[in-house]
Amino acid sequence: METSINNKSSRGIDLPPPKTEIGVWGWLYKNLFSSWYNTLFTLFGILLIYWLIPPLIEWSFLKADWVGDSREACSREGACWVFIKVWFGQLMYGRYPIEMRWRIDIAYIILAVSILSLFIPKFRHKHWVGVFLFIGFPVIAYFLFVGGSFGLEHVETTRWGGLFLTLVIGILGIVGSLPFGIVLALGRRSEMPVIRTLSIAFIELWRGVPLITVLFMSSVMFPLFMPEGVNFDKLARAIGGVMLFSAAYMAEVVRGGLQAIPQGQYEAAKALGLGYWRMMGLIIMPQALRIVIPGIVSTFIGVFKDTTLVLIIGLFDFLGMSQAAITNTNWLGFATESYVFTAVGFWIFCFGMSRYSMAVEKKMHVAYKK
Amino acid sequence: MATQTAEMTNHQNAIQMEGVHKWFGSFHVLKDINLSIRKQDKIVICGPSGSGKSTLIRCINRLEEHQKGKIFVDGIELTADLKQIDRIRSEVGMVFQQFNLFPHLTALENLTLAPIWVRKQAKTEAEEMAMQYLERVKIPEQAHKYPGQLSGGQQQRVAIARSLCMNPKIMLFDEPTSALDPEMIKEVLDVMVGLAESGMTMLVVTHEKGFARTVADQMIFMDEGLIVEEAPPSEFFNNPKSDRTKLFLSQILQH
Repeated sequence: METSINNKSSRGIDLPPPKTEIGVWGWLYKNLFSSWYNTLFTLFGILLIYWLIPPLIEWSFLKADWVGDSREACSREGACWVFIKVWFGQLMYGRYPIEMRWRIDIAYIILAVSILSLFIPKFRHKHWVGVFLFIGFPVIAYFLFVGGSFGLEHVETTRWGGLFLTLVIGILGIVGSLPFGIVLALGRRSEMPVIRTLSIAFIELWRGVPLITVLFMSSVMFPLFMPEGVNFDKLARAIGGVMLFSAAYMAEVVRGGLQAIPQGQYEAAKALGLGYWRMMGLIIMPQALRIVIPGIVSTFIGVFKDTTLVLIIGLFDFLGMSQAAITNTNWLGFATESYVFTAVGFWIFCFGMSRYSMAVEKKMHVAYKK
Repeated sequence: MATQTAEMTNHQNAIQMEGVHKWFGSFHVLKDINLSIRKQDKIVICGPSGSGKSTLIRCINRLEEHQKGKIFVDGIELTADLKQIDRIRSEVGMVFQQFNLFPHLTALENLTLAPIWVRKQAKTEAEEMAMQYLERVKIPEQAHKYPGQLSGGQQQRVAIARSLCMNPKIMLFDEPTSALDPEMIKEVLDVMVGLAESGMTMLVVTHEKGFARTVADQMIFMDEGLIVEEAPPSEFFNNPKSDRTKLFLSQILQH
């Protein structure tokens, strides 16, 4: 077969496209002004930006107070970030003793370094980091935070608070809910009636009640059923409640993924002689979990924000501390600054999780791409 | 209580089905199936859709359960015993109409998965064997591609190689070429002919008459859950005995 030579003269001269198709004008035309209603929306959008953005920037940056140590430094013309500065320690650590905060910081550093190491492409020992994160790190963190051994002073869990407490409850709730949720989902789809019934009962019970009642029950009712002298730590009970609660949600998300796997996959795995757990672990779960990453991450984000409910049982997480700060008699009237700061804080974590999940999805789709 | 002769027959045959019945709910899909397939036999099962031919071969590796009668695979009886079932499944390979490759694994990984996890082979050994089988089905260069990147014919050949990696004694084919474009059917059938010539015991559900004539020792025609006729291909195609067989053949020979 003869290859034809690319010759402009044999095909006519290539004309450049019209100005409205390319470049900045092209983008503007196509996306903002392509029709009369689009143009109207664009103008309305510009108006909204004009109305909202300048006052916002003025309030939060231009007229804001950044320097100072006490209430007097707040001119109240704009946001008074001095409030945040003053309360920052408590918003981050709660009432954890100030001189012991380094213990929390060390744990943060270890966690950050471990996680960052997973992002280095060439790093070959990622499995060991994974093992460390799931087994070693929790143990280290426990002894660091609780203390009472290795020469570290004991710190009551009731003193834990702020972002630190939110992260503890959130991370434990999230990490605990996924494996447990998977087991429940498998149980619900099981052919053995006892397992199936128990799984359904568990899921429907824990999904059917609000998290507030779960926390309340764990804090107030649970001790009533325990024999005299047996005392579980209040925070531990709360974390357990959050874990079980989100596991029930996770179970349904995972079950959705399992349903999406074609029957042929189960059959091919069985036909090769793979037993139940191998089939699930090697073939079905990798595919099912991939499909429901959006649902899983949504549930994670939900759990993370639900941790704010622990205020009801007297634990002061990130939001709880910000509430405590604004009801302090010296600092009344700074609700806006407080809530804005808390909202931004939560948003950073939730958006981070969301972005990470998109990156994970993208990476996994490489396998399916043509 | 099997007699001495019966036991001997059971052990000699690759597949033995005795008085097998199956119901889907109240629908009687397999009616009194009696079948003896010896080692190295190549059997082709054909029949109209809904006749139970897929169900029959799926009973052999327990993807479907029979409610009455006995099935013996390589001398072992198929019952609800899970360990036995897994053992039988690793001796019986199955190729599906929809290929059913694992989309999250490469072709090579599809092939090595079962040998590594079921036969406990070492990874390098499994990969060597897998590459040999990929060469046998003539697509060694696709080893590191994902199923989504392969054509239908290539996927089915990978599926055949995947089953062969477990060194099965029996291969079951459930309409292996029915989902393929015509130009790819030949490449898959060639692989199956090669497999037949190497002495594999094969049970194939298919409509491909050319393949049946070339390879089959015995044709089985099923209709409405019954085995209507059993004969070698020459007799089957040229001199069908039952009216139903004649009707079926006249319908497919039109194409």
